[in-house]
Amino acid sequence: MIWVIARREVGAMFLSPMAWIILAVIQTILGYMFLTNLDNFFLLQPQLTQLANTPGVTDIVITPLMQVAAIILLMVMPLMTMRSIADEKRNRTLSLLISAPLGMTEIVLGKFLGLVLFIVILVSMLMLMPLSLYLGTSPDTGKLLSIYLGMLLLLASFAAIGLYLSSLTENQTIAAISTFGVLLMLWIIDWISSSVSNGQSILTYLSILKHHQAMLEGIFKSSDIAYYLLLITGFLVLTIRQLDRERLL
Amino acid sequence: MTEALVQVENLSRYYQNHCAISNLSFSLKAGEVLGFLGPNGAGKSTTMQVISGNLAPTEGEVSIAGHDIIESPRAAKAHLGYLPEHPPVYRESSVDEYLKFCARLHRIPSPQRTGSLDRVKQQCGLTEVGERLIGNLSKGYQQRVGIAQAIIHDPPVVILDEPTVGLDPIQIREIRELIRSLGSERSVILSTHILSEVQATCDRVQIIRAGELIYNASTESLNQGHEQSYAIALRQSPGLEKLASLAGVDHAEKLEGGRYRVFFAPDSTPDALVATAVERDWGLYELIPEQQSLEDLFIELTHNEEANAQ
Repeated sequence: MIWVIARREVGAMFLSPMAWIILAVIQTILGYMFLTNLDNFFLLQPQLTQLANTPGVTDIVITPLMQVAAIILLMVMPLMTMRSIADEKRNRTLSLLISAPLGMTEIVLGKFLGLVLFIVILVSMLMLMPLSLYLGTSPDTGKLLSIYLGMLLLLASFAAIGLYLSSLTENQTIAAISTFGVLLMLWIIDWISSSVSNGQSILTYLSILKHHQAMLEGIFKSSDIAYYLLLITGFLVLTIRQLDRERLL
Repeated sequence: MTEALVQVENLSRYYQNHCAISNLSFSLKAGEVLGFLGPNGAGKSTTMQVISGNLAPTEGEVSIAGHDIIESPRAAKAHLGYLPEHPPVYRESSVDEYLKFCARLHRIPSPQRTGSLDRVKQQCGLTEVGERLIGNLSKGYQQRVGIAQAIIHDPPVVILDEPTVGLDPIQIREIRELIRSLGSERSVILSTHILSEVQATCDRVQIIRAGELIYNASTESLNQGHEQSYAIALRQSPGLEKLASLAGVDHAEKLEGGRYRVFFAPDSTPDALVATAVERDWGLYELIPEQQSLEDLFIELTHNEEANAQ
């Protein structure tokens, strides 16, 4: 049942030009950036050979690329999630799903799975660029896997937050802007921590991109994974509760 | 099977402090078509949303085919097809895609899916438009797609909230026939404010006003026991008193242009009137039975109470 809804979600995304345009724009911009980074790497290469414990091609080309990708996607994901529930409310199609013999949990998980499928397509396309490095050199495979997983978890948590905010309103624009606001807040929340030493640890822990940074550097910590999974589960539960609550209002 | 398919007990629903329906109870057997009548804002749609599980009741219970809508919603919803006020259609998908999705949602196994799809498309007159995008269809066709969605899984209970809105007269007749054919083995609940529709399609009528059930009877009994009125037109008028004194006539009133409205006592026929008119050469050229009983009743019930309230 979850799969039936997820399949329709993905279908609907690719029926409108939205998904195609987002994929094309991101791929073009990041492709250009990938080439720039690669160019820099060639410039630096003679100096790198003289250093001990030198950073590899993955550290110099791929990690910065994915850092930029994370920030661009922070702005783009709200556009993908804004429709998911707000649009169904506005068009009054939600009652089709509610009247069918399935629970709210299945509806929300189906919608989320649909977004995750889109994310997998998106990140897999981005990962084609690092994979092309295998033609000329030997990147760090373990690190690439860590980056891939890190991107998936980061974007999945963006999607969970976006889904929740989309369930709060009938208006897509409000859903998109509030999602963007929350994501931005979660990004910059630890910027203050340099001056406030007391709250530093908790603010740093809350920061969504700090956890991502570690995974981009190939550091695979279970606390980072736990952070993302908690965030995703938390917002999905909130979404389910929100939709259940609306039947009581 | 004599057990009620839909059982509604002491149902109440509040929006904050506003009471949309209060203490509503009724039941519906298999093979019955129930017409839900009421002025705008009377709580028709709310009742239907509660029965279909789209809204939770504040108080009371709803059970469908023996399953409580709150305690075992999945089992209850599996026996239910619901068309809301606005057809819940995805404008960007084609009719076939949409109905296939609905079939999957209702867990119709894939070997039977094509069969169900063809059946509902034929029933609802959608065979020609299967390939077209729902967003490009007219309102009437979107409404039909909505009805098709509600019956694709062949549910024993069908709830239709104003199913004939936006249809042309020919389509309305087709949909009424469809509802009647559905009602032969299923329970159908139908809301409308078109009175003739209820008389044409329903076995039973319920009138609801300000959230309260104020009338509940079979449509057959509506036409019986009521005095029957005829509009007649005469070339030579015999005068009101003469008409009123005829056998079987209860009373009469004068209308414009030599016309009269004659009220007959229950279970009497205008035989005497016709015979006398021929005999005395009144020049009877019109005799029209007026079947307004439901409309009269509706206006009487909904209007009088309003007047009382003021």
